[in-house]
Amino acid sequence: MTDDHQLRVSKIRNGTVIDHVAAGQALNVLAILGIDGTSGEAVSVGMNVPSDRLGRKDIVKVEGRELSQSEVDVLSLIAPAASINIVRDYDVVEKNRVVRPDAVASIISCPNRNCISNADEPIQSSFTVLSDGVRCDYCETIVREDEVAANLDVN
Amino acid sequence: MRQDHLISASHLSREDIEAVLDRAADIDADPAAFRQRHAGKVLGLCFFEPSTRTRMSFDSAMKRLGGQTVDMGPVESSSVKKGETLADTVRVVEGYADALVLRHPSEGAATMAAEFVDVPLVNAGDGAGQHPSQTLLDLYTIRENAGLDDLTIGIMGDLKYGRTVHSLAEALTNFDASQHFISPESLRLPRNVRYDLHASGAQVREHTDLDEVLPELDVLYVTRIQRERFPDENEYRKVAGQYQIDSETLEAASDDLTIMHPLPRVDEISPDIDDTDHATYFEQAHNGIPVRMALLDILLSQDR
Repeated sequence: MTDDHQLRVSKIRNGTVIDHVAAGQALNVLAILGIDGTSGEAVSVGMNVPSDRLGRKDIVKVEGRELSQSEVDVLSLIAPAASINIVRDYDVVEKNRVVRPDAVASIISCPNRNCISNADEPIQSSFTVLSDGVRCDYCETIVREDEVAANLDVN
Repeated sequence: MRQDHLISASHLSREDIEAVLDRAADIDADPAAFRQRHAGKVLGLCFFEPSTRTRMSFDSAMKRLGGQTVDMGPVESSSVKKGETLADTVRVVEGYADALVLRHPSEGAATMAAEFVDVPLVNAGDGAGQHPSQTLLDLYTIRENAGLDDLTIGIMGDLKYGRTVHSLAEALTNFDASQHFISPESLRLPRNVRYDLHASGAQVREHTDLDEVLPELDVLYVTRIQRERFPDENEYRKVAGQYQIDSETLEAASDDLTIMHPLPRVDEISPDIDDTDHATYFEQAHNGIPVRMALLDILLSQDR
């Protein structure tokens, strides 16, 4: 498996590899992490790469930046199977799975247009994470897991 | 009550509810004993949507406790018209009052407002969200007429947008109540309320036809189906007509059936029911006074 994707996306020397991202979600992963290339890090993205586990998957490699567990846990909402590999001098020194956080703030906008979090008020959106989705802390609207990606507010 | 505010019925425990209902019964039994209870205190009324009974009953309840009220007045003549945020409005008004009552057209407005104020805040309706003080008076009325345990209740009408329905259904999960929801397909309970009912293990069934369940009901709680929920007049008339009741409908009901409605009604309950023993909706509206007095008494008496 590793050899297969490394043929397509080059190895990094130091940084983070986010593997086993659900196909089609790589750009959302970057958006959630706030990685847009403006801070100079080299970023490689593989999309629809063959995967034994997922059929097709996306993969994201960020050179020169080690992402912390709390930074990546929010990815569990759109890429629950993702694994996080910390690379130093071409070796994977740490391998972790994403863990569902209890709550997420600001990265999702409430799909209920009549929710106060969508009004011009001095608050950020805020959601409690459920087993199969998230729930708005203001209007209590439930966003199912498969609807989360469509309601990201990260751009 | 454990918390300083009353925002959602889903936050209420059985003990919280019984504390308010028991206090309301004390007030009903001896209103004079509470007449000066909160002399010198002021309740702020912030209604961003029209309201008759909720606004007037909070106003009356506070005055019957010896307190006074300040009212923001209609939105058209307030600073909201100048573009002030709700967060700013409540922060200003809390300086004028010892507690606030808020009605607002956006869901979640009361939850947000409570983040910005230190005085107790009561959600008097947030869009299609919650209306928990109505629920307390509904529960008081149910307890007086049918009892809250071993209860079979039918809740009929606009279950999707009806905030009184959402609050009542969630509060009833604290009791041994079997809940039947009767509505057109398009106005079934919203996902979040279903989720809470399911999570609480409540006994819940859904119907499109009242006849399926009417004979077994102890209480029938009727709500208004609003014209604006339907794309055209014909569709509205067709659907709404199926959820209207009159004395003929009730031939299949138990003699002890209690009929409730949060009011205002339009034509969902025929006036020919008003004089029957089933009709409890005016008593229900009157219960707004002792129950809101009890609620304010508890919120204003907490050590802060």
